[in-house]
This record gives sequence, C-alpha cells and structure tokens, in this order.
Amino acid sequence: MNYDIIIAGGGVIGGMVARELSKYKLSVCVLEKQSDVAIGASKANSGIIHGGYDPEPNTLKAKMNSRGVDLLYKVAKELNVPFKQNGSMICAFGKEEEAEVFNLFERGRENGIEEMRIITGDEAREIEPALSEDVSLVLYVPTAGIICPYKLTIAAIGNAMDNGVELIRNFEICDIGKTDSGFVVKSTNGEEVTAKYLINCAGCSSDKVAKMAGDGEFEIIPRAGEYLLLDKAEGSTVSHTIFQVPSANGKGILVTPTADGNLLTGPTAAVVESADNNEITPEGIRTVINLAKRSVPEIQFSKVITSFAGVRSSEKDGDFIIEASKKVEGLVNVAAIDSPGLTSCVAIAEYVTVILKGIGVTLTQKENWNGHRADMEAFNHMSDEKKDEFIKQNPAYGKIVCRCEGITEGEIRAAVRQNPKALDMDAVKRRTRSGMGRCQGGFCSPYVMRIIAEENGIKMEDVTKKGGASKMLVGRI
Amino acid sequence: MLKCDIAIIGGGPAGMAAACAAYDAGVKDVIIFDREDEMGGILRQCIHNGFGLHKLGKELTGPEYAAVYADMVKERGIKVYTNTTVLKLSNDKVITATNTEGILKVKAISVILAMGCRERSRGALNICGTRPAGIYSAGTAQKLINCEGYMVGKKVVILGSGDIGLIMARRMSLEGAKVEAVCEIMSYSGGLTRNIVQCLEDYNIPLYLSTTVAEIHGRERLEGVTIAEVDANRQPIESTKRYIPCDTLLLSCGLIPENELTTGAGIEIDHITSGAVVDQNRQTEIEGVFACGNVLQVHDLVDYVSDEAEIAGKGAAEYVMGKSTKGEVIITKSGNGVRYVLPQRIVKNDEGVSLFLRVTKPFGKVKFTVKSGNEVLVTAIRIKAAPGEMEKLTVKADKMAIAKNEITVELEEV
Repeated sequence: MNYDIIIAGGGVIGGMVARELSKYKLSVCVLEKQSDVAIGASKANSGIIHGGYDPEPNTLKAKMNSRGVDLLYKVAKELNVPFKQNGSMICAFGKEEEAEVFNLFERGRENGIEEMRIITGDEAREIEPALSEDVSLVLYVPTAGIICPYKLTIAAIGNAMDNGVELIRNFEICDIGKTDSGFVVKSTNGEEVTAKYLINCAGCSSDKVAKMAGDGEFEIIPRAGEYLLLDKAEGSTVSHTIFQVPSANGKGILVTPTADGNLLTGPTAAVVESADNNEITPEGIRTVINLAKRSVPEIQFSKVITSFAGVRSSEKDGDFIIEASKKVEGLVNVAAIDSPGLTSCVAIAEYVTVILKGIGVTLTQKENWNGHRADMEAFNHMSDEKKDEFIKQNPAYGKIVCRCEGITEGEIRAAVRQNPKALDMDAVKRRTRSGMGRCQGGFCSPYVMRIIAEENGIKMEDVTKKGGASKMLVGRI
Repeated sequence: MLKCDIAIIGGGPAGMAAACAAYDAGVKDVIIFDREDEMGGILRQCIHNGFGLHKLGKELTGPEYAAVYADMVKERGIKVYTNTTVLKLSNDKVITATNTEGILKVKAISVILAMGCRERSRGALNICGTRPAGIYSAGTAQKLINCEGYMVGKKVVILGSGDIGLIMARRMSLEGAKVEAVCEIMSYSGGLTRNIVQCLEDYNIPLYLSTTVAEIHGRERLEGVTIAEVDANRQPIESTKRYIPCDTLLLSCGLIPENELTTGAGIEIDHITSGAVVDQNRQTEIEGVFACGNVLQVHDLVDYVSDEAEIAGKGAAEYVMGKSTKGEVIITKSGNGVRYVLPQRIVKNDEGVSLFLRVTKPFGKVKFTVKSGNEVLVTAIRIKAAPGEMEKLTVKADKMAIAKNEITVELEEV
C-alpha cells in the first residue's frame, strides 16, 4: 500500500500525530510492531500532566510542556478521556533541598508558568494531611493534573482511525528503503508499505528506525521505571501528585492518585539495555517503597494490586528531538520523548504539522473531520434510573463481568468493537479496566476470553494475553 | 422499590444454607442474589470429592454438595435472582443490583452477606520478573479446566500450598500436565493433611517448604520460574536460586474475603480475619446485617461454612421477628498462640457460645484455655494444632454467665 505519510509507532506521540494529521486530506498509516497500540512507554508511565516548571528554559521540553498542558486538557475533553486537574506538590526535605524549590519556581517563571506558589510544609499539610512531617517547603503547582496515558493513546488512535487513518499492527520494521518518491518500509513478516513521508515516533526504537532510514544522528538511552499500583481503597491517601525535588535521574519517586482512582507510586530510573527490559526487580520494589514513604509515610503497601515497569526513551542531551532529518529528505524524527512527553503530546503533534509544512507537505482541511470520540465510560456515569433504561434497551449492560471494577459485558463488547479493536486480554484491560482491579482478572478472565473469541471469530485456544505467542490456553481437555 | 424480610447477597454454600435456616426459623420472605447463572458459588468448579463428610454424613463432590442445598432452597420456594450482581449495599439495608433486565432496588429488613472470597493475585505478591501469559490463580485455572473444558498449561509450578493449590496439582496431573513443584514460602503447608497426601504424595509431586518463586521469565508465554529458599524475613536466598522451565505458574497464596460491599455500607472490618466484626449470631455492627461463610472468615471446609451460615440465617430470622439482640457486650481476645477468635464480640444472654479460632503456627500437643478475668471457662486438649485447621471451643451457658467484659483464648504446649 502507498500512503502520503507513514507514522512509525503507535504510542501516545504517534497517536496524537495521527489524530492531528487526520484533520487533513492525506492518506496516513500508523505502523505498530505490537498487537496493540500504547504498548511501550505509553502504557507504563506516571500519567501526569506536568506543570512545566521542570524543563530547562528555551528547550523543546519547556516549550512543548508549557504549550501542551492546556492543549492536552482540551483534546482529552474532545476524546472523552477522563483526567483531573489535581495539582502537584514538589517537596523539599530540609534546607539543602529548599534551594531547589526556589530554583524550580524561577525556572517555571521563565517557562511562562504563572500559577505556582511556594508554601511551607505546614501549609502543604493543611491541604494534603498525609504529607510527611519532614517536608519543609513545597512548590505547589495547581495546573498540574493526572490522566490515563493508555486510554489517551487508544482514544487518539481510535479517533484518527474514525477519520480515515489506517493502523497496521504486528508490523515490526526491519528495513527502510529510500527511493525518489519516498520510503519503502518492510516488516519482519515480509509486508511492505510505501509513503512519501515518514514520521518516526518509534519510542525506544526511534534511533534504529532513523538509522534504517539513513539517519544515524542520535542514540536512545532506554531508562526503566518501576511502579507499584495500589487498590482503589487507598486512592484517596493523597489528592495531589506528590513529587520530591528532582535529581539527575529524573523527577524522582512520586505518589499520586490516578485518573481511575488508584494510588500510584514510582518510578525508579535505571538505564537498561533495551525497551524489553521491563522486568520488576527486588531493588526496584524496595526503592519505590522506601522513597514513597519518605513523602507519605502512611502508604499501605500491603494493598498493592500490581507492579509494572515502563521503559522511557531518553537522549544524552536531555531534550526532545522533534525535527526534519538533516540527512534524509522526508523523514521527521520525533524521538527521545521522555517526561514531559505525555503532557506535551498534543503540542508535539501540532509542532509536527508545522515541520511537515516546512518540508513541503500541503495540509488541506477535511470538511467532515470529527475530533470527538464516544464516551466509553458513559454508562458508568449514568444515574441508576438512566442505567435501568439503558439496560432495558441493551441487556448486555446489565451483566457485570469484572466485579472489582464493575465493568459490564456491554461495555466490553463495545470496547472490543471500537477503533482500534481489542484483540487480546491486555487490550480489553486497557480499554475497559476489566481485570485491572484488586483480583487482577482472577474472576473475569474466563468470561473476557469468551467475549474476545466471539467478537473476533476465533477459538478460545487462540485468545492471547498480548498477541504473538502469549496464548492463554493450551487446548481442550 | 421492592421490599423483603431478608436479602442474601451470594448464592454459594453460605447464602444457600443461610436462606434455608432463616426460612426454617420462620421468615418466609427471603431473596437470594447470585451473580452467576446458577447457585453454588465456587463449589461448582470443585469437582473433586471430600465435601459433606461432617455436615451431611456422606462424601460428595462440590457440585453435588451445592445441589443438596440448591434443592433445599427450591423446596422452600425461596426466591432466587441469578445472573444478578449486587452493586451496592447502603447502611439502611437498601440493595442495588443489576441484571439484564435493569437496575433493581430492594429494601430489606435484614441482610446476610455471603459474598465469599477471592484469591490473592500475582500483583499483590510482588513477584519480580516479566509479565507473560500462563500465570493463573489456582481457582481461575480450576474454573477454566472444570467448567469451561480448557487446559491452561502442560508444565506447571504451583506457588502456595493452600488447599486449592494442592487440589489443582492433582487435577493438572490427571489431565496430563507435569507438575514440577509446589513451593510454599512458610515452613509448613496451610493445606489440609489429607490433601497433601492425596494430591501431592500420591502423584510424586515435590513440596518445597520455605521456598518461593523469586522471578518470572518469558515475554509472551511463561518460559520458566526461578525458585529460591527464603530466609527468616521470607526473602529469597541468592545461593539457593534455581531455574525450573515451565509454561504455567499457578498461585494459591491465600484467600481474601470480598468485603467491598461491606465496607461500602460502613461496616467495620477485622484486620486479622479481613471479614466483618460480628457477634455470636454473626450480626455485624449494623443491626440486622449479618455475615457468614468465606466473606466473614476463610474456612477450611464447606461443611463449616454451612454451619456458620445456619447461625447467621437463624440470627437474621430472629432479628426480623423482633427478638432483641441487645445486652451486655463481651469482647473476645486472642492470647498466646492464637491468631484470631470469632465472634469478636458476644452479646450476653442465657445461652452458651461457640468460639472459632486459628492458631499462629503449627503446634504439637496443646491445651487451650478460655478465660474471663481469672475465671477459666473451658479448657481443651488437642493432639496437634495448625493454622490450616480451624478450632472450635464451646463455652457452656453456666460458664458464660460468669464471664465479664472480656474473654481471652490462649494455648500452651503440653
């Protein structure tokens, strides 16, 4: 197939770029090497909409972050992705760290962040009582927020697909040829697609994709971050996102409610060999627990329901790379998007269109573009009376499949059918939260397997956890 | 809004026995809510035998045991809403439930909580490594094999030697899988002795005590696990690590009462049992709300679940019929060697009380003493005691009469 533009990578950046480009009369295709979108760093990060005080002034990170916050809130509303503007607190423990709070405040000012305040530990504890007594000074950023990163990614790509963008899954790029008319991109499965332009949003693989296309200008440093996620019963331990003053390794261990109401602690920051190194380690768990307790001593780590790790893609200079390749015509690299990448995703997508215009892409608006996506959680938000009426029309909404999260068969079937379709267990989990609660799929997984098999017309034995060889069952008895 | 005398949440063994007991005690307007298409709860997937020896005097399979009680429910004409999930219980005993016909609200005079329990998940265990397919809680695997007819794996390691894990070791073996090992982090098994003999020893499956799964390997499907002996803090000892190739890891690491509805209604939870705080009639802190079965405390045998449910059913019926449950309150306490005592409080009347308890670790011959102040109310000798086997001690009416404020249960090795 031939397209105007190929986007390599179905993460939050590839997704937002796809959605942005779906506004225009262009044929666009997203290539994703996994069986679903939002598999890499986009599914395993802190889910924070950062205030913008942290990046060095005048860097791309600073620009994208400060522009990105409002844009992200706007797009999240259009896509019906739940978020909360809960505010963040960056905590100093004692004199030495207090200096850093003032530095951050100044840096935030330079980055154009207006709504920030420095408050004392006592003032902070008045609005966040669980905060440690050892916190002496706090940078309070009320504009910061929380959002579910994989729901955002899925919604962005789904909305792009609703507007004509194609998604090809299980397409692991192994070769990129350059011809006069553009790029020939080949997969390990022997498929081939061509396009005039290639936008490289391949996360931890973006250096490899760039090299294959003939541009070897940067190298990605994969950095793993481990997290512990706690039961919703602990979700109100804190209401703000609690940071410690940053160190060379990143923004440190945070404690935050999630947009879905759990409590999240993490991440660690360990340089690893590749994006595949997303194991949970004993040291990681220990570090998260010890450092999180430094901020919020009363966290109940006995209520952990799962742990996970994400591998972020950094670069030695520490800034985002968002530019037309200097070596390869038609290639745009959007790489090294670590924190605040999620916050910046819409601003980055918008900036990519500016770059594309600069290299000669004609952007003509579609007349019938629809940036809104159905609210997948509408049923959940209905009153009991509304639910009753709705169930009478749609009986599958009366059958609870996931008891921990209260997810119905109707919601699961709708999520499986909607763009981008859910083909495996983890894909259903990320779209509906079925299996994401305290029993971690113990009760619902046999039912979800059956729904996936029915909806996709496959045998139960062929249902996978996450595509590939990850089959759930080995046969009939 | 519908109204009823007694609403029972859960149609497993506890709910069914409670319903029948309430009915037989004189309250006919009883409704059972069950989320599955048929009553029976987890018994429906327990196709092995060993159920009913104490309660029914015969050995049945799980589905057979459930059928006995389901028939009793039917004979009494008790109303059952199947495929109906209770979403909410309010502290004024209004139940909100859902099924394919809509949302249902029922105002009950009395409510019996019988929601059972869930299994501790991999996530809650903090096992390190990757996150591939092929990791199941033992009960989920049991459901897939016994109810759905699908095999979950061929080469199996089981973590945890609780009864479901032991039963599944045998079940997987019978279906042709090779069970490489059962690992137990404690220095003793929490399962019943008969299950260790009949499910492991009879099949030459090794049980490694003081051993855990330290790491999980494999990206797509599970490829193997690293097991290791643990130190006194239950941390893996590096030098004892060894790799076992396998495609399946089953987890049988404890059961957790499912008390989300209970806490939603504002009922106090005992942090040791993870169930509600109850009196001898199994009444919670909200008058007219009772709890029984595995939602109250995790039992070893379904027979004892039925016993406990009958207490709760009768208690609920008496409450509906206006019998006072007020009186002097005595708190029960765990002394030396005792992990918990249930009920947590006793409302004094002129009757005796049975106390149910678990010990903290395996003991040889022990003497239990139930005391109130300096008064010894009852003593009992047991040849051995283990955390996996619940103990019952009965304080007779004349002894209860002299109890004041607190009752303590303790043991000494003899």
